[in-house]
Amino acid sequence: MTTPSWNDLRIEIIIGALLRTGVMLAAAVVIFGAVVYLARHGHQVATYGVFRGESESLTTVSGIIHGALHMRGSAIIQLGLLILIATPVARVAFSAVAFALEHDYLYVAITLFVLGVLLYSLLGSH
Amino acid sequence: MNVLEFSALVGLGSLLAGFLGALTGLGGGVVIVPMLALLFHVDIRYAIGASLVSVIATSSGAAAAYVREGYSNIRIGMFLETATTVGAIAGAAIALRVSGNAIAIAFGLVLLYSAFLSVRDRIEHGEHMPSTKLAAKFRLNGSYPTASGMQSYNVGGIPAGYGLMFGAGVLSGLLGIGSGAVKVLAMDQAMKIPFKVSTTTSNFMIGVTAAASAGLYLARGYIAPGLAMPVMLGVLAGSMIGARVLVKVGVKVLRYVFATVIVVLGIEMIFNGVTGRL
Repeated sequence: MTTPSWNDLRIEIIIGALLRTGVMLAAAVVIFGAVVYLARHGHQVATYGVFRGESESLTTVSGIIHGALHMRGSAIIQLGLLILIATPVARVAFSAVAFALEHDYLYVAITLFVLGVLLYSLLGSH
Repeated sequence: MNVLEFSALVGLGSLLAGFLGALTGLGGGVVIVPMLALLFHVDIRYAIGASLVSVIATSSGAAAAYVREGYSNIRIGMFLETATTVGAIAGAAIALRVSGNAIAIAFGLVLLYSAFLSVRDRIEHGEHMPSTKLAAKFRLNGSYPTASGMQSYNVGGIPAGYGLMFGAGVLSGLLGIGSGAVKVLAMDQAMKIPFKVSTTTSNFMIGVTAAASAGLYLARGYIAPGLAMPVMLGVLAGSMIGARVLVKVGVKVLRYVFATVIVVLGIEMIFNGVTGRL
């Protein structure tokens, strides 16, 4: 019979707080972007029936940050979505550190593998 | 419909989707794609992009509430994420080459099968499983809180569960969904993990799996901010309400809700695949 150690529980509580912080920050940025976006484009016709693909200013990290700094609503929303995507990645990175503190090196290796896959996907696709 | 009305309606629908997603461990994505495509006539590629974002919000938002309850098992989650993340990248790569209709039909069948299994077998597993060498090596066995104190459980069927998890990752990368149904199928049915643990650990893993393909979708222009905004905010609010309900609802009720939702979704996926809408 195995029960989670005190450390396991502590890790889970910190991970919970990390996820909530990331999601709330992302939501706050998206809401701010939404206000700017809806104030400017709220009375336009919504057209998502035909796929055009988003322009480069909304598909690259540099393009999104550039647009957000110029107070473009859609770019600010996209920045919030980037923070949201980064939240699970941060969770995995934190888990690697936490397993190392527990001297559970098998799980450090497993976690670093997952982190490597995530970073490859996020950075390799641009 | 102007952007303001569109955002409000999509936000309300997403709130409901997020609620159901968190309640069942399915994630909001499987509800979001049919809703956007059928109800709002959104192009399927935009629907998938918005869905993928909502999947991360659902998982992270609900997981924050779950971890405090002590149901989820972070080692099971991390161990299986090695399969789901690689699968998600493979799925996103396959998405460039395979017809979406064929995938939709196959996924619909998987959903119906998992609904059948979850209704047929109502015995709570765990306490009667012997500990395997593999489960001990990877420290997967654990315990969770019940009304009568902490209940320990052992994990079985690891190779089968791991294989199913890879498949769940492929489907996630392919359709932009969380594949929560397949994840729960793997943990609940193949690995005999107690239902509340498998549901919450699945929800916990969905965000990481979705993040593995999210960068790819963003770069391809599948994520439209004006659409993703009401979907993400609605799903997030809904998932947080759903996470609170989970703790109060019994395992039996949870299974019936779970089975009904995935049957409806399975039929919807097959219908969309056959009629060539995806």
